[in-house]
Amino acid sequence: MSTVTTQQPAKKGGFTAAASNYIDERTSISTAVKELGRKIFPDHWSFLLGEVALYSFVVILLTGSFLTFFFHAAMTPVVYDGSYVPLKGVEMSAAMNSTLNISFDIRGGLLMRQVHHWAALLFVASIGLHMLRIFFTGAFRKPRELNWVIGFVLFILAMGEGFTGYSLPDDLLSGNGLRIIDGMVKGIPLVGTWISFLLFGGEFPGEQIVGRLYTLHILLLPAIIVALIALHLLFIVIHKHTQFPGPGRTNGNAVGYPVLPVYAAKAGGFFFIVFGVITLIASLFTINPIWNYGPYDPSPVSAGTQPDWYIGFADGALRLIPPGLEFVWLDRTWSFNILIPLVALGLFIAVVMLYPFVEAWVTGDKREHHLLDRPRNAPTRTAIGAAGVTFYAGLWAAASSDIIATHFMLTMEGVIHTLQFVVIVGPFIAYFVTKRVCLALQKKDRELVLHGYESGRIVKLPGGEFIEVHEPLDEYERWRLVSFTDYKPLMIRPNANGKITVAQRVRASLSRWFFEDRIAPVTKTELEAAHGHGHHEVDMGEVEEITVGEMNVHRETVGR
Amino acid sequence: MREKRTSKPRRKSGRRHPLATVALIAIGLAVTGGAYAAINSSTATADTRPVASQSTIEQGEKLFQANCATCHGMGAAGTSAGPSLVGVGAASVDFQVGTGRMPLAQTGPQAEQKPVQFTDDQVKALADYVASLGPGPSIPADHLTNGGGNAANGAELFRINCAMCHNVAGAGGALTEGKFAPALTDVSGVHIYEAMVSGPQSMPVFNDLNISPEDKRDIITYLKYVQDNRSPGGFELGSLGPVAEGLFIWIFGLGSIVALTIWITAKSN
Ligand code: HEC
Ligand code: HEC
Repeated sequence: MSTVTTQQPAKKGGFTAAASNYIDERTSISTAVKELGRKIFPDHWSFLLGEVALYSFVVILLTGSFLTFFFHAAMTPVVYDGSYVPLKGVEMSAAMNSTLNISFDIRGGLLMRQVHHWAALLFVASIGLHMLRIFFTGAFRKPRELNWVIGFVLFILAMGEGFTGYSLPDDLLSGNGLRIIDGMVKGIPLVGTWISFLLFGGEFPGEQIVGRLYTLHILLLPAIIVALIALHLLFIVIHKHTQFPGPGRTNGNAVGYPVLPVYAAKAGGFFFIVFGVITLIASLFTINPIWNYGPYDPSPVSAGTQPDWYIGFADGALRLIPPGLEFVWLDRTWSFNILIPLVALGLFIAVVMLYPFVEAWVTGDKREHHLLDRPRNAPTRTAIGAAGVTFYAGLWAAASSDIIATHFMLTMEGVIHTLQFVVIVGPFIAYFVTKRVCLALQKKDRELVLHGYESGRIVKLPGGEFIEVHEPLDEYERWRLVSFTDYKPLMIRPNANGKITVAQRVRASLSRWFFEDRIAPVTKTELEAAHGHGHHEVDMGEVEEITVGEMNVHRETVGR
Repeated sequence: MREKRTSKPRRKSGRRHPLATVALIAIGLAVTGGAYAAINSSTATADTRPVASQSTIEQGEKLFQANCATCHGMGAAGTSAGPSLVGVGAASVDFQVGTGRMPLAQTGPQAEQKPVQFTDDQVKALADYVASLGPGPSIPADHLTNGGGNAANGAELFRINCAMCHNVAGAGGALTEGKFAPALTDVSGVHIYEAMVSGPQSMPVFNDLNISPEDKRDIITYLKYVQDNRSPGGFELGSLGPVAEGLFIWIFGLGSIVALTIWITAKSN
């Protein structure tokens, strides 16, 4: 009879309780929910950027499903007979035709298309910003290196999703984009032409590519992305979220709100905010007006032909490479104007992806890190990041060199040469400037901790000397400024065989480069010494006061 | 057509004065002949406007000597500062002066548009004067420039012949050495036609063999369509394509989202 009694309370709770009980008895999901619900999420605005990416992805899935109902992924020629007058009677592929129909003849279709496309731009942009946050705060360090790699692969896949989607309508703009890809592929020695024929099912553009990209766009890539997102989130649960240093926050805890109920409620609300912002943008601003571009035809190319922003850096690399780098050798054309950008971009991508491992090796740091760095406290990393951002930004800007030229009344050549300079010399300048700025900021922090901040109050000592009173920081503030990990350059150590290997030497010199300039955090003894000293300085009994600025400075702050 | 018109008055004339018949036949012939000439001129380069009178030519010459001769020389024969205008035709002058490019202000990479410095009559006088120096493309007739053609054909021709410089939506584009193809968002039909037949500066000439007058009319129709119809998708962001869209999403899209994240996390504290 015990079964009856256990069922009784469930009935009392009504249908939901019964249902949840039913599910729980069969899946024991409540333990999982409880476990997850107790997860703590620290609160900082920059921790929400990944969520923005996730939510835009959800928006993309929703609107994308709508679009699949009406899109025809075929390149069969048809004659357009929809309601957009300047294309009536024009021959185009079924893909273009159906995209025009979605835009003009299906209720809500244009809005869905625009939401889908704007959300895609936001998706990749928010991933980018999220990655910058992770990088500059050092959140990729052990144990999160793998999650960095997963995130980075997601970024690449997101670009792939974007590019395949951009190419689906088979309009003039995207066709030109594909033509560039085709050209890049064909520029690879020996295998290029074969790969191109394989990709396009014959000579470009062929009749296959849209169908193939469609399979990638709606099946393969999204499936991999969903799987990797799941893994990415799982890792976050396993590792717990990182947090900025602060009072009570240590490497061994996580301070914030539990997922249930506060965080979940906030996140749910935030989803709708992101959705709302995207929809607002999509309903007000045109994106990818394929009706202007017209159907793809290999002969015309429009001025201002650009890829979507996230592919821009590759386009920019092609624009910046100086002419005259191709030559004929062994009866073949070697297009170094294509190979150099390809290799440079490949290297750049590889370095970004593997950076956590590189840094760990150079610093020899095997500790786990759950507390984030303030960017200034890791000057070399921040400087490397700034150099990378400059390099990327230079390439990205180059993709719009023509638009920069017309809109700022500059010459095309001037813009290109300037950007070539930015891409090649810019990173070094950015590196040195950033590093100096970081060190200066660290010095300032040190100064603040040791001597307090300038109160703007000038006092006259009995001897006639003028000094400015420094007020000490409060403890919370000071905590923020002194608690960061300090590294020292690695020493060259002989290995087990008593030898110093070349790798060891390289590592040591890299490590020296990484840490040669550093400002050590203020130690306890230093702090005490400074404050003892501070007492003397401000404890001066009778002083004559001259207040600068703030009039309501009180005397009791003196000599505290 | 002609027979119908001429026979109509004849039937009516039976009940009227015999001289009226003659007069009506004469009028009928003149009208049909005029219409024929007008239609004919659209395919040939004949001047469609009333033949320039000697007085406008003289007025044009005076204006020319005062404003243009410093560069283009006496009798528009050309100097080192400006090319000869003999044979460029009325269309070229109407375009250059009517869009404010001439008289040239300072020597830059290309003649910039400025506020137009002459009245319509003065522009016509200058055009008549230059046209009188040698035959060249004339100012096109209204039916070719009023945008009454086939926009779809025009759009296709525009993409093939013009978009590489002017962008598919006519938003303009960059050329080398600081030259640029301007945006075509507020050019009149007449000036579009004249630009095609005269090929200002870096722009090629599209004569009637390249693009027939009807096709030119279609191109103008398309450009007028784009000028008159706002984008169905909302604000166009300058029709600049993915660059404008990318900047927009980073600055305004992500910007507002970041502002919201800051707001959300600030609320909790
Ligand atoms: C400061 C010198 C200058 C003045 C003044 C000037 N022009 Fe010009 N003009 C030029 C130059 C230089 C060109 C050639 C522009 C080019 O094609 O790059 C030109 C070109 C032209 C053309 C185009 C020729 C062609 O091949 O189609 C016309 C028409 C013209 N000018 C008319 C005029 C008229 C009419 C005036 C007076 C209202 C005038 N210009 C005043 C310098 C001048
Ligand atoms: C090689 C590039 C090129 C091509 C192709 C070209 N244009 Fe141009 N176009 C120009 C340039 C450069 C100018 C500016 C000339 C100037 O400022 O004197 C121009 C000016 C114009 C103007 C005058 C704009 C204004 O604001 O006054 C019109 C109209 C025009 N083009 C129409 C066309 C049309 C229509 C076609 C296609 C049939 C075409 N263009 C093809 C380069 C081009």
